[in-house]
Amino acid sequence: MNLLPPISLLTVVPLVGALAVLTLGRRDSRMARTLAFAFAFLALAVVVVLWHWFNPTAGGLQFEEVHAWIPALGVEYHVGIDGLGLLMLLLSAIVVPMAMAASSRIVERVPLYFSLMLMLEAGLFGTFTALNFFHWFLFWELSLIPAFFLIRLWGGVQRAAAATQFFIYTMVGSVALLLAFLALFLCTGKFDFMDLATLAQSGQLLSSLASGFALHSLTAGKVGLLLCFGAFLGFAVKVPLIPFHTWLPNAYAEAPAGVTMLLTGTMSKMGVYGFLRILLPIFYAQLREVRTGLLWLAVATIVLSAYAALAQKDLKRIFAYSSINHLGYCMLGIFSVLKWTGDNPALGVEKAAALNGVFLQMFNHGLTAATLFWFVALLEKRSGGLRGLDDFGGLRKVAPVFCGMMGIALFSSLGLPGLNEFVGEFLIFKGTFPLASWPTSVSTLGLLLTAIFILTILQRVFSGPLNSKWAGMHDLTLSERIALAPPLVLMFVLGVYPQLVLGFTNSTVMQLVRHLRF
Amino acid sequence: MAWIVRHLWLIPVLPALAAGLTALAKQRSRRFAATLAIGTMSLSLLLSVCAFVHVLRGGSTSPEIVNFRWLQYGDTWLRLGWMLNPLTAVMLMMVSLVSLMVFVYSVGYMAHDNNFTRFFCFLSLFAAAMLGLVIANSLLLLFMCWELVGLTSYLLIGFWYHKPAAAAAAKKAFITTRIGDLAFLIGMVWLYSQAGTLLFYNHGAGCMEGSALLHLAAQTTSVGMAVSTGIALLIFAGAMGKSGQVPLHVWLPDAMEGPTPVSALIHAATMVAAGVFLVARVFPLMSVHAGLAISATTALQAVTWIGAITAVFAALIAVAQDDIKRILAYSTISQLGYMMLGLGVGGVAVGMFHLITHAFFKSLLFLGAGSVIHGCHEEQDIRRMGGLRKLMPITFATYGIGMLALCGFPLFSGFWSKDAILHAASGWGISRTPFYLGAFGALLTAFYMTRQVCYVFFGESRLAASEHQGHGAPQTPHESPSVMTAPLTLLAVFALLLGLLGTPAWPWFDAFLSGVPASFSFAGFLEHGVLPVMLSSTVIVFAGLGVGWWLYGHRPAPNADAPDVLETMQPQAFHLLRRKFFVDELYQATFIRWNTWFARVSNWLDRWIWGGAVWITSHVVLGLSWLARSTDTHVVNTGFDEGCQTVSSGGRLLSRVQNGSAQSYLRLLGAAFALLVLFLLWSGVR
Repeated sequence: MNLLPPISLLTVVPLVGALAVLTLGRRDSRMARTLAFAFAFLALAVVVVLWHWFNPTAGGLQFEEVHAWIPALGVEYHVGIDGLGLLMLLLSAIVVPMAMAASSRIVERVPLYFSLMLMLEAGLFGTFTALNFFHWFLFWELSLIPAFFLIRLWGGVQRAAAATQFFIYTMVGSVALLLAFLALFLCTGKFDFMDLATLAQSGQLLSSLASGFALHSLTAGKVGLLLCFGAFLGFAVKVPLIPFHTWLPNAYAEAPAGVTMLLTGTMSKMGVYGFLRILLPIFYAQLREVRTGLLWLAVATIVLSAYAALAQKDLKRIFAYSSINHLGYCMLGIFSVLKWTGDNPALGVEKAAALNGVFLQMFNHGLTAATLFWFVALLEKRSGGLRGLDDFGGLRKVAPVFCGMMGIALFSSLGLPGLNEFVGEFLIFKGTFPLASWPTSVSTLGLLLTAIFILTILQRVFSGPLNSKWAGMHDLTLSERIALAPPLVLMFVLGVYPQLVLGFTNSTVMQLVRHLRF
Repeated sequence: MAWIVRHLWLIPVLPALAAGLTALAKQRSRRFAATLAIGTMSLSLLLSVCAFVHVLRGGSTSPEIVNFRWLQYGDTWLRLGWMLNPLTAVMLMMVSLVSLMVFVYSVGYMAHDNNFTRFFCFLSLFAAAMLGLVIANSLLLLFMCWELVGLTSYLLIGFWYHKPAAAAAAKKAFITTRIGDLAFLIGMVWLYSQAGTLLFYNHGAGCMEGSALLHLAAQTTSVGMAVSTGIALLIFAGAMGKSGQVPLHVWLPDAMEGPTPVSALIHAATMVAAGVFLVARVFPLMSVHAGLAISATTALQAVTWIGAITAVFAALIAVAQDDIKRILAYSTISQLGYMMLGLGVGGVAVGMFHLITHAFFKSLLFLGAGSVIHGCHEEQDIRRMGGLRKLMPITFATYGIGMLALCGFPLFSGFWSKDAILHAASGWGISRTPFYLGAFGALLTAFYMTRQVCYVFFGESRLAASEHQGHGAPQTPHESPSVMTAPLTLLAVFALLLGLLGTPAWPWFDAFLSGVPASFSFAGFLEHGVLPVMLSSTVIVFAGLGVGWWLYGHRPAPNADAPDVLETMQPQAFHLLRRKFFVDELYQATFIRWNTWFARVSNWLDRWIWGGAVWITSHVVLGLSWLARSTDTHVVNTGFDEGCQTVSSGGRLLSRVQNGSAQSYLRLLGAAFALLVLFLLWSGVR
């Protein structure tokens, strides 16, 4: 393990794969597909090996690589993972092959499609492991570009508008983020997340802001808030938080199903990851000043998106809003730990519960939402692209296995105990209630609304008399069943044995909670 | 620790395994599914008997517990566990016995269904979750099983998914109960944060044990209520949803869209009683108060009032229903109200005793109703039945026993358990109203059950008369096969005799739950208020039966379309009852409408406000870029062009000078020289 730098190697695997697919698979789309799968599974294997080598009790960064790069600019190549990073790597490595499997309807420019997917994966791996702003930002943007082309070239009817909106929206956020970090760099001379977090904890960040912006009439506190807002914007768009979310339903609905799975399964987690890795440790003091507002923003995200989901007729748009709703719980958990609790150990435990819940929720939502969009893809394949709530009816009669398997994913999304999402949501509510009782109580409304729209889907699509138009629809084929089995089994496993994830995230959470005591 | 305590988890896990295996089985492996379900259920029953015997022998009041670690956050572990105490043992016996009866019955009832295998899968899953709920030693584990029984209830109500009514009823059931569950969830996380654990019992450190309870009762919320009261009320809201208490009762009658064995097992005997069981389980929390010796805590008063109101409200509606199962459904709601009332005024033993007796006689009634429906070829309207006592003798006899037990006919099981509730209510210190409500409910119960039995079993068959309405070829009703009548007979025995375990003379049930040996003495009857209450309730029952018989029995309805006797007497009141006090309509006009409206508002906000802001921003940017472009074209470009023009024309002008002819250069040179000389001269002169 000391011979090769495992994390750099991991990031290189999908990049090499992207090149290989483009060159070797140029002529033969079947070859391109096979190669893409091979590299995706290779990446998964590398991540699993990392997981195996990972010390779950250490809490801190592991597999760190530090190389000087541009010393004059504070830029060094610094990568490493802790429990959070490992969790996100696992999620990305799992969702990418799923998304590839769901892309069977892609017939045009197949090599390019799969090569872009692998490039996106490389961007994700880079984002989740980079610890210096400079190359972290490169990867952050690198993942955006393939996503743009994937939507733009293979999307639905309105793909052009959706792709442009997605790109520009995210770009605005990224620019704000970039400016904020440039300002930080000008004041502190640091680009390294860990260094910046340490400065923030010791209070030096604020004093260097004061000296850095001494010429202007702004106070250091105001500058801090401004920079915090810039960084916040970058992540809030990505998650997204209401009202920075309007790109999402269009992008999710117009993107081909495989790409939607990547968007919801992994790219939305980049935003949450940013909050946890960057915003919380560096801008903790600033965020705390606006804690109440942020909490209610999270509640608004949860409730409004759930209501908006209730009003949709397109399955993809329903799941898109549902995705916003589920990540709203993550945001609620993150904002609740902003509460100043001093050294009160009992509330420290609640923070640990909430953050563990957030971690679990990130993984669980990625898995479940990606699976749900996969089912939509399978449905579209059978219906020739139709996916309206009212286009079907009584499908359970002709496709009972389809209904049963999708039912498992739907109930996972609903938060049924015994399946994965319940545990994360319970831990979030358990942790946030003592820290922010009213926002937590109001946001349970989201659970009710989720139940309503999920059961409405089951009612309209699968129950009732069979719509004669679909009398000939065929059930899931054996290969589809086999492909879908792993994520569904994982849902059960994580629902019954969440310690599988918490076992390696908890020590990281504890370290974060300790860090957030200033 | 005894073997049975350590292996108590097997009781729910065995049916869960059966459910898992059946889920993977092919649709046509019917025999496999039924055998597996009944086999595992029998094993669970056997283990339950072992557990019961263990508790019976042990006689210890402190629960025997096994806790295990589930997940870790921070430096603490969230632990789950199971427990065995008298309450658990009694519930285990009841649930596994009734489940087994219903499983056997279903083999006959569902014999012609295409999804027979799936049905047994769901039933086994239900039994697993319900048994898990009973043995849970953690509010969280209980909640998880609670949600799972809700899921199986949803799946089984919507079992005939091709019927739109069934699909809608399933959804309504899940969502209505989930409203209560949200309150339950909030109460649970509140309890967790206050007590630091969700284990009920943990050698003195559980949340239902002394120190935690005192801590909860001593703290007050911002509105001045004790924290324990707030938590208890929230948890009770969950119980209200599951147990169909007013105003969350609307889902239970609709749940009758499911197959009748499901109604018997889930929506009469076990799952709907889970709310009552929950209140009994957290009774220490419900009844704890800080110091002051008051007769009932706020939480228990809420339980009492909700229970009493539900008991009468549902009984009134039951009077005017025509669907054989819906009458029983409203009766179930009403009886669940009695159980809550019993818990509120008399404590765990009183409420639980009625839960147990009710489970047997109500599942008997439902299975009897199923037998009737089966015999009448899926007819459920009591107006189209009649005269079945001759055609279905076993069903009639067992149904009669169940009906008398439900009415509280003397010496039948319901008599003893209902009487204990009324006796406790009559001695309640806060108010006598719950007692009067309970007594009035008893009258109504006897009345509507007599009405139903008269319609179904007495008079002449009205089935043939309705054939012209297109119900297919005339078929005479027939008795059900023995696989269905055998469970009926067994349940009838329980409905008849079970009450003897809790008579005032031998209050074995009460003693068993409190862990003391029971003693037999007729002096129990002479205690304060026992005999008067017993006599008055007997009078009430006979009055109900008498009025019912007088109105419906000796003058049976001539045909299926004849108006009800009550309808001719009081058309408006009857209409109000038949339409269930318009509660569904009220909810439709308020909550559901508000919800739809708010969904539209959210969508509108999304499209026009948030989306509009983005639209405006993008158009401002577009406008700016247009402005920049037009500045480019008209100002910058024009200016640049003109500048170029000026330069080039200037150049052209100057280029005339640079024409390359030496003479003109010399001419210019000469002229300039002359000018210079003139200038120097002029300046020199001055």
